[in-house]
Amino acid sequence: MFAPVTTAASWLYRGAFEIFERPMLAIQKMTGAQRIAWVFLFPNLLIFSLFTFLPIILNFFYATTGSDRILLSERPYVGAENFASLLACENYLDPNSCGRDIFWRAVHNTGWFVVLQVGFMILFSLVTALVLNRDIPFRGFFRSVFFYPVLLSPVVVALIWKWILQRYGVLNATLEGWGFPVVNWLVEADWAFFWIVFVSIWAHMGFYTLILLAGLQAIPSDVYEAAEMDGASKWRVFSKITMPLLMPTMVVVIVLSLIRAVQAFDEIFVLTGGGPGSATLLVLQFIYETGFAFRPQLFGLAAAASLLMAAVLLVLTLLQLAATRKQAEG
Amino acid sequence: MTAVLAFLTRRRGHKRFDLTDWLTWGYLLAAVFLMFGPVFWLALSSFKTESALQEYPPTMLPLAPVTVTVEGYEDPLQLFRVTGGEHEGKVLAQVRRIGLNAQMVDPANPGERLNVNINDRVPEREFTLAIGNYTTLFDRFNFALYFWNSVFITVVATIITVLFNSMAAFALSKYKFRGRTLVFILIIATLMIPPTINLVPIFLVVSELGLVNSPWAVIWPAVATPTGVFLLRQYMLTIPDDLLDAARMDHASEWRVYWRIVLPLSAPALAVLVIFSVMWRWNEFLWPLIVLNRSEQFTLQLALNSFQGDLQTAWAPLLAMTVLTLLPITLVFAVLQKYITAGIAQSGVK
Repeated sequence: MFAPVTTAASWLYRGAFEIFERPMLAIQKMTGAQRIAWVFLFPNLLIFSLFTFLPIILNFFYATTGSDRILLSERPYVGAENFASLLACENYLDPNSCGRDIFWRAVHNTGWFVVLQVGFMILFSLVTALVLNRDIPFRGFFRSVFFYPVLLSPVVVALIWKWILQRYGVLNATLEGWGFPVVNWLVEADWAFFWIVFVSIWAHMGFYTLILLAGLQAIPSDVYEAAEMDGASKWRVFSKITMPLLMPTMVVVIVLSLIRAVQAFDEIFVLTGGGPGSATLLVLQFIYETGFAFRPQLFGLAAAASLLMAAVLLVLTLLQLAATRKQAEG
Repeated sequence: MTAVLAFLTRRRGHKRFDLTDWLTWGYLLAAVFLMFGPVFWLALSSFKTESALQEYPPTMLPLAPVTVTVEGYEDPLQLFRVTGGEHEGKVLAQVRRIGLNAQMVDPANPGERLNVNINDRVPEREFTLAIGNYTTLFDRFNFALYFWNSVFITVVATIITVLFNSMAAFALSKYKFRGRTLVFILIIATLMIPPTINLVPIFLVVSELGLVNSPWAVIWPAVATPTGVFLLRQYMLTIPDDLLDAARMDHASEWRVYWRIVLPLSAPALAVLVIFSVMWRWNEFLWPLIVLNRSEQFTLQLALNSFQGDLQTAWAPLLAMTVLTLLPITLVFAVLQKYITAGIAQSGVK
């Protein structure tokens, strides 16, 4: 099955060497054997500059200019107007009192989503990792059972569940067969929110389970043996040994999943489209729709919202850095 | 047999199957159902005909009505089992329906027409895979084009990613030059800046380069992954410098040192990056959604999204297309799952 792939790869490997050998030798004669390092760095740095460093700076220009033009030279300077428009709110807990009520609905939804999705996902991942850490047959198989959905594309994940959850889907048919009332899962606001949390846990928990499992397996077994010799109860072993020793991994997993959850978009967009109404609209979808999907394209507003999201992510990343540093120091 | 049983019921320490063992197995079996069940249901459903998909409650297996050719009739006739009335128990072929009555014939005795009330008959059905859902993707839905777009982006982006990232990692791990630490920190710092917060300015750069509605709009912004540079640099640091110096003594050029020594020795790390890159590009959704607006440029993910967004969702081809989209990743996973899970557990990236 892999024969054509390996043949193509080795052909590519040899061909590319010969194509680049002469020019690189000529360059080496000019730069010398040390400064050629910059030549090796160049392609990557060029892409980085164009698509990462430059955009970071440009983002501030967009956030402080108005109109629906994409070219910065055609955009009038508006100062902090975009931020003011996003942040204008009488009461931040009540989206209806805000100038951009849709944005604040998205912020509220994202807040709830992050808390519920991360909370329950970590809980399930931990339980699963503990179960998989036991000496059970077919452990590799069960590990891949949980991991398989992680590899599926968000669109596929959303369609799989949309097919199950639709009004005449298999879930309703089963529940009806058991005598429960039929629910239009993705049309009723509270249920739709439940399902976006559920589906994103389903899709991502395998990844965190895997990291937690690696953390569990890194705990030396003699610690457990010593506890067993002392006749410690299972709960005591868990709360006094497993949890404290797993804590560093746990912190990394929590921060990582928080960062992901703040930027959640793909599955939810395909599954509910943010609906019904704006019940499952999250911040990244707001940014996408404001900047790209809806007309006029309010690039400035989208950039301002991005920067607000970036601020939240920055805080989370600093938390992660602090946590990993603490971990490294032991 | 007893050995198998002993293997299946092995436990740490204690002799009997206790409560935690029951809970463990209950949890794992429920998980198999919950994690694989939905995918399995999708695959089963994708083989049902459109009319079988409309059925409620749905049948477990893809079933299709049975037809027979009866002497004296040109078109195949549908078979029904009669559940009431004077012909109860017989299996008859329906000729035509008139109001509440169905005119039917016994395939064994085609000469005689029988009248059956339509409420007294149920269609005979058998297990049939509706392959048509799949073939229609190629005839009517341009599946090959979307598939090609996805493959092109995935393969080209992965090749460039591996090339650029390994070159940068080589420079950062095997040379000492002023500014090396700064460059490394700059690259690592971008790990903290996900592309999602730079959508608007990246779109400007892409459109200024004239790339909108071209696969390169998806490829170029994605190829300089900080994850890849970091992963490869850490790995290359473990390759002893003596090896490189020995080659240089033999007048190998720097390019030869990189390509013929460092790259082959980094194969395990490169493999991890290839797997990640394939997964990232194949599954990518938001950025292609922004820069690819013409349907002939759509990737599979975009095509799926646009079909499901239609008001009248034609589920039969949509389900088949979803299955074909998840198939490559599933195959790769089935073959390489050990390496994938090990790679992710070691590097902590996804």
